Amino acid sequence: MSAIAPTRRLMEGSEAIASAAIAAGCRFFAGYPMTPFTEVLEHFARLLPEVGGVCVNAESELEAVGMAWGALATGARAATGSTGQGLSLMQESFSEITLAQLPLVVFNMARGQQDYFQATRGGGHGDYRHIVLAPSDITEAAELTQLAFYLADRWRHPVLVYGDYLTGHMQEAVSVERVDLGPLPDKDWAVDGSRNGTGRSRSVSPLGLGKVGQDAPGIERHLRAVVAKQERIAAQEVRVETAFTDDAETVVVAFGTPAKFVKYVVHQLRAEGERVGYVRPITLWPFPYEAVARTAEGARAVATFELCAGQMIDDVRLGVLGRAPVVGIGGISTDGSGFGVGPLLDAEIIRERVLAVHRHGADAVLPPLPVNDRG
Amino acid sequence: MVDAGRPVLDTSAEPVGAHKVGDFKPDLLLTQEHHLCPGCGEPLALRILLETLQELGVAQRAVMVAGIGCYTSFSATVDVDLVQALHGRAPSVATGVKRMLPDGVVFTLQGDGDMVNEGLQEVLHTAARGERVTCVLLNNGVFGETGGHMTATSVLGQRTKNTLDGRDAAYHGYPILIGNLIATLQGAAYVARGSVNNAGSVARTKKMLRRAFETQLRGDGFSFVEVLTMCPTGWFVPTAEGPGYMTETLGEVHVVGELKTVL
Amino acid sequence: MTVVRSRGTVRIDVDTCKGCELCITACPPRVLSMSSEVNHLGYRYPQLHPGCTGCNACRDVCPDFCFEVYRFDAPLLTEVAE
Repeated sequence: MSAIAPTRRLMEGSEAIASAAIAAGCRFFAGYPMTPFTEVLEHFARLLPEVGGVCVNAESELEAVGMAWGALATGARAATGSTGQGLSLMQESFSEITLAQLPLVVFNMARGQQDYFQATRGGGHGDYRHIVLAPSDITEAAELTQLAFYLADRWRHPVLVYGDYLTGHMQEAVSVERVDLGPLPDKDWAVDGSRNGTGRSRSVSPLGLGKVGQDAPGIERHLRAVVAKQERIAAQEVRVETAFTDDAETVVVAFGTPAKFVKYVVHQLRAEGERVGYVRPITLWPFPYEAVARTAEGARAVATFELCAGQMIDDVRLGVLGRAPVVGIGGISTDGSGFGVGPLLDAEIIRERVLAVHRHGADAVLPPLPVNDRG
Repeated sequence: MVDAGRPVLDTSAEPVGAHKVGDFKPDLLLTQEHHLCPGCGEPLALRILLETLQELGVAQRAVMVAGIGCYTSFSATVDVDLVQALHGRAPSVATGVKRMLPDGVVFTLQGDGDMVNEGLQEVLHTAARGERVTCVLLNNGVFGETGGHMTATSVLGQRTKNTLDGRDAAYHGYPILIGNLIATLQGAAYVARGSVNNAGSVARTKKMLRRAFETQLRGDGFSFVEVLTMCPTGWFVPTAEGPGYMTETLGEVHVVGELKTVL
Repeated sequence: MTVVRSRGTVRIDVDTCKGCELCITACPPRVLSMSSEVNHLGYRYPQLHPGCTGCNACRDVCPDFCFEVYRFDAPLLTEVAE
């Protein structure tokens, strides 16, 4: 059954993401199987031909991102994806695609939250930052996927959607319809050969160099221009969800699927009269420093919950900037295969950890991390 | 050098009573100027490539994907829509372009360091998949742009920047004959190796390029032309000896000829 | 004195030449030789003697696009010393 019809039905996150991408006009996808990303590739492979698009099972992650690069250069909406390890292989191309100002959309179906640095610091070389969108459930994943293509085209800049095992494999009832997010400039820069021989042929290049006889910024001005664009993005595209923070003594910061658990716990504690609030960054880059700073004002502690050794906590500290102590209450927790659904992702356990900080402050002795008994 | 007794004719102006039979540069090249070394074979390959596109009547459908090497400076001087790829990565980029522009004439221009070192898997996979693109290899047996070091195609005994006593099999292994390797793949429909060491070779290689692009136009599969080019700088020889050196070294191992045709 | 027929001729852009001399050996009738003067880049450049056939070989092997090639409507005759 085609998933592109806009009727609400139960589907797994991978399918919702692929459907949303196609609804947004994505007509090219290339990927390499890797858990928990593989199903995204499968759904693209099934759905793209139905709309005249192309899905290539690339022979490596390097080639997948290369193919997406070529497709993007022709002006098509194109995407690739993998999990963190596979994205590590793509980093050189990510850096250069950013400089070539191509609107790549990348899906990281991550194994936990240990790819935060890779996603937000730019895992490759150079001064680049990608827009990073972190959905916390499947409905949001479908929405942010469409937003990703829009933002990528609006800014001529790559956008990464940070999903995970749960985003990919849980099922929810969603309907995926094309959302019109606004007008976009024409892609006059896209190549097709039509201006060959006129002296106005086009160049899609990371180097800031054009053709002889055409104006080009040269590499230094080009690099600075891309950075200046990133600064404009940072000023305009922050997205964050906050709740119960006006009078919160303890603020919990979390993103992605784990944030759903944190949200649940915070609601529960509020109902019991505890002054706890949460901040959920929806854009990991640009990070909502202002929202974090604001909620830290008057708080006794800011706790970060991440499924990793602690990466987002660096950005939280930068936002809080000493207004309150910052403590990590997450940790490495994964299943036997390492795919990132570990015993720490449990509302009861998270509640205990939040309460420990809420009752005893940032220096609280936290309960020991649960151990995945399969190693 | 100057031949005493032979008059020197005026070559500074357009002659009277004559018709032109050869242009300075191809129409698809914006300028004669480049910073490649004296005696470099790459511009010769570029010329016949651009002339072929023009003569086939596909100039306004062509998209070039450039690798990284000395020839990358042509990215700015070819009047052809261009996608600049990374070292070794042009074949996958070309794949993406062609899949979105099936009526385009999509080709890569890469050196041996780019294609056979960094990008070996890319070109092999693209060929095996039978992508309807044309990959053009400029093979001079060295990494020219970065100073002349050994590549996967450097031949035994060849002196390069880091094999100054000559490539030694025991220490450096053996060259990869990439044209021959690609010819074994079912997806490859036309595979040829030419050279530009003299006018006859240039003419024969131009025919190979034409057949390669015709293969793409027919949709028969992957097409590949390897062009042996002179690099007197990388080979430590005077420019005039470049062609002879090629014949005696690279040419003995990477033998020119049509390696595979699909009829 | 003999008369040498030139069926063709060339225009040479000497300022682009980098003195590689590939054209000298490529020319089938051997009617190119290198100058004694140098161009603004400091390179000697080719000069043409009678006997050109307009075959394009020089143009085909020149890395610097220095040659434009012509064929005469009627051959040019040049007197040269034996």
